[in-house]
Amino acid sequence: MSQVINVSRRGFLVGLAGAGALILGAQTVPKLLWAKKADNGSPHADETTLHPNLFVGIDTDGTVYIVAHRSEMGTVIRTSLPLVVADELDADWKRVKIEQAIGDARYGDQNTDGSHSVRSFLEVMREAGAAARLMLIRAAAQQWGTPDSECRTDLHTVVHTLTGRHLGYGELASTASRLPVPRKEELSLKPPASWRYIGKGMPSYDLADMVTGKALYGMDARVAGMVYASIEHPPVFGGKVKSYDEKATLKVTGVRQIVPIDPFKPPAAFQPLGGVAVVADNTWAAFQGRKSLNVVWDNGPNESYDSDQYKRALQQTARKPGKIVRNEGDVDSMFVKGGKTFEADYYVPLLAHAPMEPLVALAEFKDGKVTAWAPTQNPQAVQDIVSKELGIPKDHVICHVTLLGGAFGRKSKPDYVAEAAVLSKKVGRPVKVVWTREDDIKFDYYNTVAAMHMKAALDPKGRPTAWLQRSVFPPITSIFDVSAVYGDPGHLQQGWTDVPYAIPNLRVENGPAKAHVRIGWLRSVANIYHGFAVQSFTDELAHRAGRDPVDYLLDLIGPARKLDLTRTSYPNYGASIETYPWETGRLRRVTEMVAEKAGWGKRKLGKGAGLGIAAHRSFLTYVATVVEVEVNGQGEVRIPRVDTVLDAGLIVNPEATRAQFEGAAVFGASIVRSGEITAKHGVIQQSNFNDYPVARINEAPYQTNVHIAESSAPPAGVGEPGVPPFVAAFTNAIFAATGKRLRELPLSRTTLGAS
Amino acid sequence: MVRLSINGTLHQLDVPPDMPLLWTLRDVIGLTGTKFGCGMALCGACTVQVDGLPIRSCVTPVSSVAGKEITTIEGIGATPVGQRVQEAWRALNVPQCGYCQSGQIMQAAGLLATNPKPSDQDIDTSMAGNICRCGTYQRIRAAIKAAAKESA
Repeated sequence: MSQVINVSRRGFLVGLAGAGALILGAQTVPKLLWAKKADNGSPHADETTLHPNLFVGIDTDGTVYIVAHRSEMGTVIRTSLPLVVADELDADWKRVKIEQAIGDARYGDQNTDGSHSVRSFLEVMREAGAAARLMLIRAAAQQWGTPDSECRTDLHTVVHTLTGRHLGYGELASTASRLPVPRKEELSLKPPASWRYIGKGMPSYDLADMVTGKALYGMDARVAGMVYASIEHPPVFGGKVKSYDEKATLKVTGVRQIVPIDPFKPPAAFQPLGGVAVVADNTWAAFQGRKSLNVVWDNGPNESYDSDQYKRALQQTARKPGKIVRNEGDVDSMFVKGGKTFEADYYVPLLAHAPMEPLVALAEFKDGKVTAWAPTQNPQAVQDIVSKELGIPKDHVICHVTLLGGAFGRKSKPDYVAEAAVLSKKVGRPVKVVWTREDDIKFDYYNTVAAMHMKAALDPKGRPTAWLQRSVFPPITSIFDVSAVYGDPGHLQQGWTDVPYAIPNLRVENGPAKAHVRIGWLRSVANIYHGFAVQSFTDELAHRAGRDPVDYLLDLIGPARKLDLTRTSYPNYGASIETYPWETGRLRRVTEMVAEKAGWGKRKLGKGAGLGIAAHRSFLTYVATVVEVEVNGQGEVRIPRVDTVLDAGLIVNPEATRAQFEGAAVFGASIVRSGEITAKHGVIQQSNFNDYPVARINEAPYQTNVHIAESSAPPAGVGEPGVPPFVAAFTNAIFAATGKRLRELPLSRTTLGAS
Repeated sequence: MVRLSINGTLHQLDVPPDMPLLWTLRDVIGLTGTKFGCGMALCGACTVQVDGLPIRSCVTPVSSVAGKEITTIEGIGATPVGQRVQEAWRALNVPQCGYCQSGQIMQAAGLLATNPKPSDQDIDTSMAGNICRCGTYQRIRAAIKAAAKESA
């Protein structure tokens, strides 16, 4: 039954609806987002009765508030870290409410990037929960006049062990709140055998909202009086506005005003790109208004950038001596000895992130302060750039973090949030900046294009006696330092300086390349192209030697040992090499396991089918993947099955972990099949999912079997490490099926005949 | 004035007739469950149902759906098929970031309404217009099959 009511006079509709709109509806407008907390932005957990630390609050009704300080972009981290707190607190998960932290340095690192949330915060979360638990125990003991040692916790309850008396957490919250917060040394963490949630996991806290349309992303943020903006960015990186035409745009229904944005001052870092913003009553009007702006640009020096020419230059550089970043034995003398050598060149183009939610941010500048609502991986970086752009103190920038509709690294660069803040100051209202998909594809921080040259000297059995690998790519550091042309240790380490092979003569080099677009990190970053080159070359050598690729790979990995990387610069993803050594035995184990799980060498495959393998360590996690492909007479490639084995140490949330590796296979399928950004005259040629296709349901792996290897190692990453081995295993499988070796990505550039 | 019936509720709106239904839903009415992904009917994030059939609201002028029954993710749970699909999505933990899932669910519910026992090929054909960048496709397929089974 339709119920019709007039809701147009509701205060929060002012400025939301188009001018003169009469809206008839029942409960059609969601409650104002976050408005209650807009003033200081602190989560409700802060206001609870018991608030022992930044991450926990307990109310007298027993509600436990746990603050998620990392961003939720699909990894379920917003659930998994609070789950660790709840475990140590012995809290009933059904009575837990999760609150998203604003950007605040007190939480520590909030840049949800680099697959390290669990690794970096497991202990912090455990201690946060254990501290609250101890306070509740002490409160109960005080009430009962018993020693603490006679009290224990059960689910959401403190129990007096001798008498069975018990008090709920809510009943104890007031008493506990008057106790001193225990010191770290006083805490006793649960033994793993007593864990309730760690290692078992829970579904996403937001699951029900996500399937009913209630989940709130950055795209859904709204406040009273806000306007919408869409920005015409310089088509060439570093370009500037010369002129534009206001008249036609201002005639578009709903367009309010046109606002130029200054170009950035190099280095670009996270500054807005500049351009011309159309401010309107709704997103559609802002998009429409852009079409008649007719901006004339001064394109600047990057106008000469042509990705085809650039590719050839990179490939030439890759064949010249580069900067040596790791050197063992004497590669050159082995190469001149006159034995058998083999070399191959590999290439991976620029890649775009293309998260399903295009970039968007809402910001309000008021009384010298900015309040922003953004799907950001890095709210503290939002504070930094907004404070710089507006010349206000960092603590005058409040950044609320919404759910992120995908991110993959793009949303840790907050240029789009800075745009909203800059525009709000100019317009005098809250402004929501919405990027179109075309903006998203054309103005990304691309995963860099890379050329890799590989060379091996081979013994009579085809095993390398010397191994040279050289990569050339414009580095990510170029966005912070325009003169940067070499890879930094943080990216060279990614599957490159740590090539784990037992080869006595081994040299790793890196050549120079200057960037002409913004370069950034994308899910698994340099591991994508480095892993592709190393694992493809390994497979090539195996086939040339007439050996089984799995046996050959295990032979190159060699015996179980800790890699000695002390003579190269190896940051080990920011982790201690003592706690997280590079253990070849773990890479061997996942390789052996995946071969077994996939039925390697045992399964009968049909015509046009093939299996490929690759193994790779990234973000401290060891992964091996077998991909099965079928190629039909038209050269169309199906992926019926993927098996992947991971050793990521301790796993908090196994189901979420499996999902990450299923997703990584699809992400890798997109990279291999069609991932390619190109440029002519400095202008990016792709624009949307028609010319930057990503894998669809019929192009993705049909079935990805994820096997988690039992491991007593400390926790490592799970968001990114599935991508690199998938990419090479996929192209290796295509070779197995067709005899065609893919040395350059993407596959869409190659025609596969029938096998 | 455009008169729209959305999830059983009548709305009378003063919007340009060529404004896409997507932005009318999101910016004018405030139903934000329907998502913007591409603006060109390439990704399916904006999928809603019009008279029970899935359509891409980002390229559908609001004037073209006046007087028709529009169902969005906020309303699909009121139908038996929509409810089953949402339950299957939950049971199999389909979403990762979740952003595309409104569109996926609207498309899947549309598929099952006309084809209660879809084959793999039927699922591919129907769902290929809906992109999930997180890569939840195998769970989407499994959830569609689970929802189909429950209708038996």
